[in-house]
Order: sequence, then structure tokens, then C-alpha cells
Amino acid sequence: MAVAIEVPVEKWAGSLREITLGATAAEGGTRSHTVTIGGANTLPFLGFEGKVPHRPQIAIEVRSSDPSGEWPAPLVQAWGEVLGDPAAWAKAAAATGADLILLQLMATDNAGQRMTATRARQVSRSVLGATGLPLVVLGPGQAELDNELLVAVAEEGVGERLVLGPCEDKNYRTIVAAALAHGHLITSRTPMDVNLAKQLIILISDMGLPLERIVMDPTTGALGYGMEYGYSVMERLRLAALQGDGMTQQPMIVTPGEEAWRSKEARVGEGVPAAWGDWTRRAINWEAVTAMTLIESGADVVAMRHPEAVARVKQMIGELMAA
Amino acid sequence: MALSGLDIYKLLPRTNCKECGFPTCLAFAMKLAAKQAELSACPYVSDDSKAKLSAAAAPPIRLITLSANGHRIEAGNETVLFRHEKAFYHPTGLLIRVPDTLAPDDIASLAKAVGSYKVDYVGIGLHVDGLAVEAATGDAAAFAAAVAEVRGVCDMPLVLITEDPAVMAAGLAKADGVKPLLCAATAQNWEAMAKLAKEHQAPLVVRADSIAGLADLTEKLAAAGIEDLVLDPVQRGFSSSLAALTQIRRLALKKNVRAVGYPVITFPYLGAGNPEMEVLLAGQQVAKYAGLVVLSRFDPASVYPLLVMRQNIFTDPQKPIQVEPGVYPINKPGPADPVMVTTNFSITYFAVANEMESSGMSCWLLVADAEGMSVLTAWAAGKFDAEKIAKTVKGTGIADKVSHKRVVIPGHVAVLMGELEEELPGWEIKVGPREAVDLPRYLKTTW
Repeated sequence: MAVAIEVPVEKWAGSLREITLGATAAEGGTRSHTVTIGGANTLPFLGFEGKVPHRPQIAIEVRSSDPSGEWPAPLVQAWGEVLGDPAAWAKAAAATGADLILLQLMATDNAGQRMTATRARQVSRSVLGATGLPLVVLGPGQAELDNELLVAVAEEGVGERLVLGPCEDKNYRTIVAAALAHGHLITSRTPMDVNLAKQLIILISDMGLPLERIVMDPTTGALGYGMEYGYSVMERLRLAALQGDGMTQQPMIVTPGEEAWRSKEARVGEGVPAAWGDWTRRAINWEAVTAMTLIESGADVVAMRHPEAVARVKQMIGELMAA
Repeated sequence: MALSGLDIYKLLPRTNCKECGFPTCLAFAMKLAAKQAELSACPYVSDDSKAKLSAAAAPPIRLITLSANGHRIEAGNETVLFRHEKAFYHPTGLLIRVPDTLAPDDIASLAKAVGSYKVDYVGIGLHVDGLAVEAATGDAAAFAAAVAEVRGVCDMPLVLITEDPAVMAAGLAKADGVKPLLCAATAQNWEAMAKLAKEHQAPLVVRADSIAGLADLTEKLAAAGIEDLVLDPVQRGFSSSLAALTQIRRLALKKNVRAVGYPVITFPYLGAGNPEMEVLLAGQQVAKYAGLVVLSRFDPASVYPLLVMRQNIFTDPQKPIQVEPGVYPINKPGPADPVMVTTNFSITYFAVANEMESSGMSCWLLVADAEGMSVLTAWAAGKFDAEKIAKTVKGTGIADKVSHKRVVIPGHVAVLMGELEEELPGWEIKVGPREAVDLPRYLKTTW
């Protein structure tokens, strides 16, 4: 007896917005190419149901100051000397397979000096010069300093369609205004909550920034440190977008690299249970599994750190997009 | 799929005889739908209706149990596609493959290592669930010897892998006391495999490379009285596996297709080019709908992340995991030892408590009621502000237990310092590190 099985296909009412990062010379910038995210009208990678026009992208994090005193050995060894030079680091990241560079501005430099607008301009200019990849620039997460630095970076990178952030509900106006004035995009960051994510998108778009220039950062936790909350918030945001809720249709950026490498499992090699296994392999798995899980729940950009974790996640994305 | 009260009402006698204890058949039907009454309370319901109602009450994905010496793996009985809709109930069983091509000593040491592996995660003991012995040689004697070797040192549940019924029978002969999962029945061998499954009352994997092929086989097996089934849709790679497992879960839950209403088993090493990619594919399958996953290797550095990932995904999202607010003395603290504050999100609490416990240093850990949120999230949501910290310090009466007035707050909420000095007059507020892992070093240098 042959069994008739009809593959169940959902007819979704909505789709994600398409957002283009970076600008080439023809578009007023200096990037060698642009990167487009979003556009899907189905859940992640369900090609049998709808279109998934753009694959998730991997941003490699580059810092304005040398993190080798702070980052654990597996990370420091993987990058070596470039950690002290953001431009060289960005170049190495591009060679490693980064789709985007994420420049993380730190509040202080290695000598303990406070980050200045001038320095932020210099470092973002040098990173822009080092590769042709589109650039995300994030402030240190302190409202006043973020505003001071990102306004300067927005001016310096005019025309580049940078992604500036984070915009948060307590501090978004100055950064949005700078993005509006200089043709950039922003990230809207909210603490793992569907309604807060929506609300901030509404506030930002009320300032006149087109939705095509807002990348949503719903925040996440690392594997073992609250990842499941971020996972479910992202699934719910993605479902709401497909059901037609226009304020949830922004592509999403999350930071599994930063989160995973904060975990004890990634940071500590000695004095931990033997059941945790080899440090370096465990640490890389920690980052790769965190990124994988978030991509399965709808991430469009993942910011990562370790070259080996990047390579694996990139291969996975390639295979998921292949069929 | 569950029937509504009205659907059930149509199947009842509709005589309002009241013998069930309810005033009307409709009232009884409503209670049945709410699972607050038993159908057996109705003396007049027809056999036909009984059959329909019990079929509707059966779970859309059958619960399958593997067992050995009191250890069990349960797979199936899931009710939703997304964990936020309710919860995922039966954590994906993780098993390690043991090919019979290994030397007997290697088989024994692998089985021992897997069987004794235990790891603590936020106070929860995690472990691997079983072993999958595979007849890679194709030889009945070698397979039987491998099963016997495993059984000799390890009492975990088993999957027995061979498509040859004679080889399977040889393995089963050495698996006394176990209810193993037989893997697998195909379009070619299903009758012989069905016989073995029936004889040993063991669940059986059905293997076919299309959903229609799977449904065809499960219907034949069900007709032969074999209903404890597990599906192997053969689609091995990232993309094809995600599509097949999603379709099977949707068909079972949304279309009520009984023929695929069984848990799925996957073999990520068959779809990944190397052990590193196998970890990611296994993780995808844990999140997206596998009931059992067989791993090719036992490496704690990859098993531990997968066990934690499974724990995260299968945590009940309706219940924030939290600990009781209050004072937690760590390593028998005295009056001079540090006082530290954190939130009652259990991951946060355990990160701090484990760090302090393993450092050997003593402290008084104050846990604030931050509604089960981590430090940063709680701070952003206004649940871990200066007022709340001050309330915790005062409410716990810690001042009576210590001879100093100094309290360490998490580095992530350094901005609260000024406000907190006002809320807690007489106390010295010290800003600790952002991450728990840096606490021992911080205390050594600054306390």
C-alpha cells in the first residue's frame, strides 16, 4: 500500500527586510563589495518552503586595544601578534574568511588612557583601509562615550554604510541622528525580550531612520549561560516577522563569540573538571555550538572570535544553503 | 490531535442519563476534553466511539523506551514545534557508536569510559545515555562478541546496528536484560526484523530515504503488531536532515499523520565530513527534532558542550530557573569574610558559588530576588538596582553575622555604586569583577 504524504508547507504572510551593509565606490563608499542580509520568507534554511536569498554572515571581532592580557590562551594563540594592531588584525580576519569586520571600540587603551573621538576616527579609518569588507563599529557600551565616539566614526566613515551601535532604549537618539546624517545603519539592542525589541525599532524608525537601515540585536547568552532565552526570543521574533508583524522583520545580529569566550568553559584550562575535556577543543566547540544554535534560530549576522570556530560555522552555513 | 468537547460529545450516547455523575452528556464531554474525567464512567458508550476516542487520546509522537538494568532512554511524546509554545519534554538521547571492528580491549575501555562519564552543570548531573553497537564487520560472531564485551562492563541502554537479521539475532542473544533498539528494518528485511522485535519485545528503527517510504514501512509493521518504532529518514547532511526532521515533526503534530508519529534517530557522523562538523550537525539535530543521536566518538571536549546544549534546549521555558533569595554561606565563612551580592538566576548563582567553592575561599553570598534574571538582564529590566541590593543586604541581616561593613557588587553594575552608598549608609561598596571566574583573583588582591 503506497502512502500518500503531502509535505506540509506553511504559507507565511510576511518576510524579513533586506538590508545592505557597506557601500562600494560607485555607491559613495570604499568597500570592495556590499553584503546583503535578510529577505527570507520562511524559517531558517527551509528551502522546501520558501526563499532564503541570503546566507547568514560571519563578522569577526577586532578590538581597538590589544586584548591579549585579557583573552584566554586559545584565542590569543590563534591570532598572535596582530591583536595589537587593529588594521593587521582586520586583514588577518578577512584572510580567515570573515564576511564582515566588527570593530569593538574599547573604553580605554592598553596604557589605561580613555578612548577619544580622535583615536576612534583613526582606528576606524585604518580598519576601513585594511580590508574591503563592510564594517560594523560598536561603542564600549557606556552611553556618553558611545555617543562621543560613534558620532566621530559616523563623520569619518561618511558614505560607507557602516553599522553603528549599540542603540539601546536609554541611549539611541544621538547615534541614530549620526547615522541619519552620514548615511549609516545602526544596531538596536534590547535585553532578550520580543516586545522590547519591537518597541525600540518603533522608537528608532520614528526618528526617520528607514527600517532598511536597522539591524536588530536581541542579545543572547552563551551555551550554558542563558543561550536558550536568546534562542527562543529569536525564534519568536522570526515567527512574528513571518506572520506579518512589520516591526519584527529586521535581520538579526548576535554576538556568540563575545558571549562564549566569557564562559568559564572557554576561559579556563586548569583546575576544571576532567569531564570538560581538552581546553582548546572544548573552547572552540563552545563558541561554534553557540553560534550554530543561534543561526538555527534565525541569526543573520553572528559576531565571532576564533578562526577555527569561524571556519566550521562557515562550512555549516554553506551546507545549509546548498540544497 | 486532541478532540474538542464538542467532537467528543458527538461520539457519546447523548441521552443525558447522568450515570457518569454529570448532569448532561455535553458536560461530561467537556470534562473529558479537559482530562478531568475518564471515559469508563459512561456505561453506554459504543465500542466504535471508544476506539475513536482512545485513538485521539494517543500522543501524536509515540513514546519509545530503551532500557537496561534500570537505566532508560525515553524519546518521543513531543507536542510542539517550538520550545516557547510549551516545552520539549524528552531530552534527545545521546549515544556513542561502538563498531565491532575495535579490539575487545578497546571496546571494553570505551564502554567503561562512556558508562562512567558524569559531569555537573549548575547542580544537574549530565551523562551520555547509551551505546550503539554496530556490526561493522558484518560478521555474526564478531557482533555477538562485541555486544557481550559491552554488556560485561557497562549497563547502559543499547542500540544494535545491522540490517542483517541473522547478525542481529546473534547480537540479541548476548543482550539479556536489555531492551535494545534494533537498527534497522528496511523495505528488504522488515519481516525478519519484525519477528526479532516481537520475540524480544524491542523497539525497532525503520529506515527509508523518503517520508512516504517510512510511512509505508511503519504501516506494514503496525499491521504486523509492531508499534514501538523509531524513524531513520536517511537524509544525512545539514540541509536535508533539517528539512526531513522538520517535515516529520510537522506531519505528526499538525497533520496528525500517525504513520510518521514516532521519534527520529540520526547519525551525524554520516552527514559531516569530520568529527568537528559532526558536533555541529549533532547540535542542530538536538535543537531540531531528533529523539536519539548516535555520535561516532567519545570526546569529553565535544560531548560536554552537546550535553549542556541539550539541557538548555530542553529546559522548560515557562519556569525561569532560579534559586531562593537569601544568604548562602560558602566554605564555612566567619565574621571577617567577604560579603558579595548577586542575582537569583540559577546560572548566575552557580557560576559564582562554584567559583568560590573551588577556590577554597570563604564568603557570604547574598542572593537578591531579581526574578530569576542574570545580573545584566536584571539590571536592564530594573530588577537589580541600588534599592534591591540595599534591601537584600538589610533583609538578610548579614550585618549581624560579620564584623565589617563591606559588600562586593558585580562589576557589571559598577554604575550603581553612588546610589548604593546613599541607600546603605555606613557600608563600603566595592566593585567586583564582571565575571565570576575572576572572583578568586579579585578577592586575593583587593579584599
